[in-house]
Amino acid sequence: MMRLPWFEYRAPRSVAEAARILEGEGPRAMLLAGGTDLLPNMKRRQQAPATLVGLRGVAELKRNGAALGAALTLTQIEQKNDLPAALRQAAAQVATPPLRNMATLGGNLCLDTRCSYYNQSHEWRKAIDFCLKKDGETCWVATASKRCVAVSSTDTAPALIALGARVKLVSSKEEREIPVEVLYKNDGIEYLTRKPGEILTEVRLPDQAGWRSTYWKLRRRGSFDFPILGVAAAAHFDGDVVIEARIALGAVASRPFLIEKASEFLKGKRLTDEVIEEAANMVGSRAKPMDNADMDLYWRKQVTPDFVGYALRELRGDDMRETRLRIARYAVA
Amino acid sequence: MSAKERLEVVGQVRRRVDGRGKTTGQTRFADDLALPRMVHCKLLRSPHPHAVIEEIHTEKAKQHPGVHLVLTGKDFPIPFGIMPVSQDEYALANVRVRYVGDPVAAVIAKDEQTALEAIELIEVKYRPLPTISDPVEALETAEPRIHDYGERGNIHRNQAHEFGDVEEALAKSDHVFEDTFFFQGNTHLPMEQQASLAAVEGDGKLLLSTSTQNPHYLHRQLACVLQMPASQIRVIACNNGGGFGGKCDPANHEMVVSKAALLLGRPVKICLTREEVFYQHRGRHPVLMKFRTGVTKEGKLTGMHLQTLLDGGGYGSHGAASTFYTGVLTPVTYELPRFKFEACRVFTNKPPCGPKRGHGTPQPRFGQEVQLDKIAEKLGMDPAELRLGMVTKDNSLTANWLRIGSNGLAECIREVVRRSNFKEKHRKLPHGRGVGLACSAYMCGAGVSIYWNKMPHSGVQLLLDRSGQVTVLCGATEIGQGSDDVLAAIVAEVLGIATSEVRVLTGDTGLTPVDLGSYSSRVTVMMGNAALQAATRVRDQITVAAAEQLNTLPERVVLSQGRVFAAEDPGKTLSFVEAVALAESKFGTLGAVGSYAPPKAPGKYKGAGAGPSPAYSFSACVVEAEVDPKTGWITVPKIWIAHDVGRAINPVHVRGQVIGSVYMGLGEALMEEQAFRRLPPKLSSALVHKIPSMLEYKSLTSLDMPEVDVALVEYPDPNCPFGAKEAGQGPLLPVMPAVANAVYDAVGVRIDEVPITPEKILKALELKSQGKPARVGPENFPAVPYPAPRFVLPPWEGGDGGELKSADGTPARKAKVAA
Repeated sequence: MMRLPWFEYRAPRSVAEAARILEGEGPRAMLLAGGTDLLPNMKRRQQAPATLVGLRGVAELKRNGAALGAALTLTQIEQKNDLPAALRQAAAQVATPPLRNMATLGGNLCLDTRCSYYNQSHEWRKAIDFCLKKDGETCWVATASKRCVAVSSTDTAPALIALGARVKLVSSKEEREIPVEVLYKNDGIEYLTRKPGEILTEVRLPDQAGWRSTYWKLRRRGSFDFPILGVAAAAHFDGDVVIEARIALGAVASRPFLIEKASEFLKGKRLTDEVIEEAANMVGSRAKPMDNADMDLYWRKQVTPDFVGYALRELRGDDMRETRLRIARYAVA
Repeated sequence: MSAKERLEVVGQVRRRVDGRGKTTGQTRFADDLALPRMVHCKLLRSPHPHAVIEEIHTEKAKQHPGVHLVLTGKDFPIPFGIMPVSQDEYALANVRVRYVGDPVAAVIAKDEQTALEAIELIEVKYRPLPTISDPVEALETAEPRIHDYGERGNIHRNQAHEFGDVEEALAKSDHVFEDTFFFQGNTHLPMEQQASLAAVEGDGKLLLSTSTQNPHYLHRQLACVLQMPASQIRVIACNNGGGFGGKCDPANHEMVVSKAALLLGRPVKICLTREEVFYQHRGRHPVLMKFRTGVTKEGKLTGMHLQTLLDGGGYGSHGAASTFYTGVLTPVTYELPRFKFEACRVFTNKPPCGPKRGHGTPQPRFGQEVQLDKIAEKLGMDPAELRLGMVTKDNSLTANWLRIGSNGLAECIREVVRRSNFKEKHRKLPHGRGVGLACSAYMCGAGVSIYWNKMPHSGVQLLLDRSGQVTVLCGATEIGQGSDDVLAAIVAEVLGIATSEVRVLTGDTGLTPVDLGSYSSRVTVMMGNAALQAATRVRDQITVAAAEQLNTLPERVVLSQGRVFAAEDPGKTLSFVEAVALAESKFGTLGAVGSYAPPKAPGKYKGAGAGPSPAYSFSACVVEAEVDPKTGWITVPKIWIAHDVGRAINPVHVRGQVIGSVYMGLGEALMEEQAFRRLPPKLSSALVHKIPSMLEYKSLTSLDMPEVDVALVEYPDPNCPFGAKEAGQGPLLPVMPAVANAVYDAVGVRIDEVPITPEKILKALELKSQGKPARVGPENFPAVPYPAPRFVLPPWEGGDGGELKSADGTPARKAKVAA
């Protein structure tokens, strides 16, 4: 079987202690939450931290109240009925039930970017002389690119961006709270604005009164796949008029992002078929999939407006269950 | 013959004999095995797709703490290969590496981690060679040759057969349809990764316990590579966690751990990683196909010219057989008066292709069945009626001299058409929904062995004693398909006992009689017939002994439900144990052997050895598909399948095999691809497997499966035990073309290649909206330098099954008229 490299394991009991360890160890340490992404990556030597700081024993990260502790599992998020639909739907479509029982909200937000030249074993990467993201010089997706184009593959981030959520980052020196969209940079290597010593401790959602939200995920198999497109949409209605709307895309760039132009466009409008189509095309034009994930990139770009359309029609109140069943292959909360 | 008239075990829904062990986790697969003082092996594999090994330095690895042994190509001077004509593999590459993943060296160390560390310390100096990534390049590139044997250049196999004058038949046809198709390669993806444990036993003999489908062939190859008498080697085929053809070839790692165990005198274990399983491969060949098919306006076939081009990968493997199988079974489903078949297999710098469930046949079946759908539309016929009008008959010969026995194809078609309401749906569902029909036939065991010999294909030994215990031994291999249960059922049926009374011991070359292995759907028929013979011999001893006690004639003795009694007086009975004790008293120690060899095939031409089988199974399938015309997204809500299994030995089990076949077929139809990536040649010579992981090699999971409606059609075949035919491979074959035909019915586009993905459907829909042919598939078929065909007259044109040659050695076109 594939074996983990050697590493030191630390098990702090509090955020403060974890932060102190992180500061002391510097960049050679990594945080371990559910481990469903990091440990397989380590087996493939995509990451080789000298120290893992296990967060399992930090009770404060499991707070399950108004603020969501970063160590809540995706299953807990999925089952928390008072959470907005977009977040629960996103959590429910990550990986498989056994993985969701381990994987955490914070872990999914900090998920490493993915690329078909990077998510490979060390031996495979050696056969292509490695790539820009790890151990190599060339980005094989776009050989002229100076920037790594590995793709953001988190499902919960676009949902939380659409919902206007904020995350708290704690280091041994300070605490800060930022909107989720500010956590990300469009760079496959430096994809987070989180500093090396910081721990993402909690997620705060704004008041959801009057809001409706939804998340649509495109992937080859309904059972088990990373997103190759994620569309999250949230809207605040007065009757059937949109007061405010937020649409975010995932898995079509190195970061998840908000399409502000769509928010402006939708403000004060009714979601007629024409409005939905125009908004969908506006959002779709911002999708920049690359040839580094599953399925044909032109097709992924082409169907983005369709998925935005599904999301907006669902917000309008259309019964989208049949379409959802065809896309997701099973009923999603 | 016993007086019992009704079958009591065969045909009953039963819990399979290996079910308890598997569901409780007691079954020990190869990787579950551990022995005292066991050490671990890891292989260093080539990072180059094609290169010469100039130097290997292993000193640092040897000195690494915890390392016991390092092996390289020079430790394995003898080549091997599953086919006698393709002895082209070395356990560790001697001079040349031919694909990324080709094994180069091995480290045996105290644990896997240490072996992995030491592998990094082996220094190999390679001289890269130009690479070949696909068949067209292989045809165009004569030098460098990937192998220095084969037809010429990088052509491994090249052959042509013509059964009757096909051009003449096509010229006389009302219509000639010409279509090209492509079937992408895919891999087996068994749940169990290959594992092996080699050890020298107390008697000094080598024992290899391994996940193999074919312990007998492996046994022979080990003897050859290790230069040891076969009698000094014992191979145990552990229960396989799925095989599907991927564990048929003798594998490098099996040779390596055996050699290491002999050198170290310690048990040596290896378990491949999932990535290595993708490199071991031996899966479905990518095949490009061209069909020219003549039909009458009434919908009868007149002749077919089939050309195939196979991408073989880096080694021969089963390729010589695979090449034949891309055509030889084509005439089994429908009456085809004349048939010309040209096939070519080339080498490329990729993991070798070989046998995967359906071995070479799913590819042409896909083309044939999609083309028939086009023919039906053009002729204005219902696709089911077109097929029903030309299904082959019972007890008939095909143009290429295959003998068909029982044939339930027509019943299969009627059954799926009825159950799916095909006629109410086809061409009648709203846009975006459709149904497609396709059929197939498959062999029940290859008629000839992989190496030429006159011995039985399967042997069974039966041991009984006064305790009443019945032990049955056979070299057949349980790969999850249920062969152990079939074996127990046949013995139990004959002896009138329950399967739980039978102890089954299989797949051990040290203890069990030879069976050629779990491939070509041969086990039920060949092992079953051998078991039937052995059990009948023992039963005859029991009936003679019991008859004396029961004051009746042996022919009147009935063995049923653990009792032995006279047919005319069921009140007077013996228990089975008492009857066995009487027989042991009378005859001495009880036991019998049985064996089976398939009937001689009628074809006499060179190449006639591929295709003959004691019997053929038949299947028909209807797929319903929903296609979103805006995105091309495809959903399959339901599949109906009917399979002529001859007779179901254990119906619940047959249904499992059929559903499993549908599952695998649907994955191939919709997503599976053993795809490769070549980096920009100016920057890199890399040619790598695109996705060697279980996550990114896309295959269906159980959650992605639609409902499958299974109908078992039972046309018992006289060549088969209780009439039972195969169920493990045949039902896969019609699924892919049925999906393609359903997509056409749903949105009117032809996807003439597999897999059928949303991207391709949307592209075809766009072409359609532009007024262009609504089709995605290969544009043309390359010029393959096929040889002149061997010409054989079909049976109905007066042929004798042999090749016709005129005086000057060129093929004659007509039968010699007797003077």
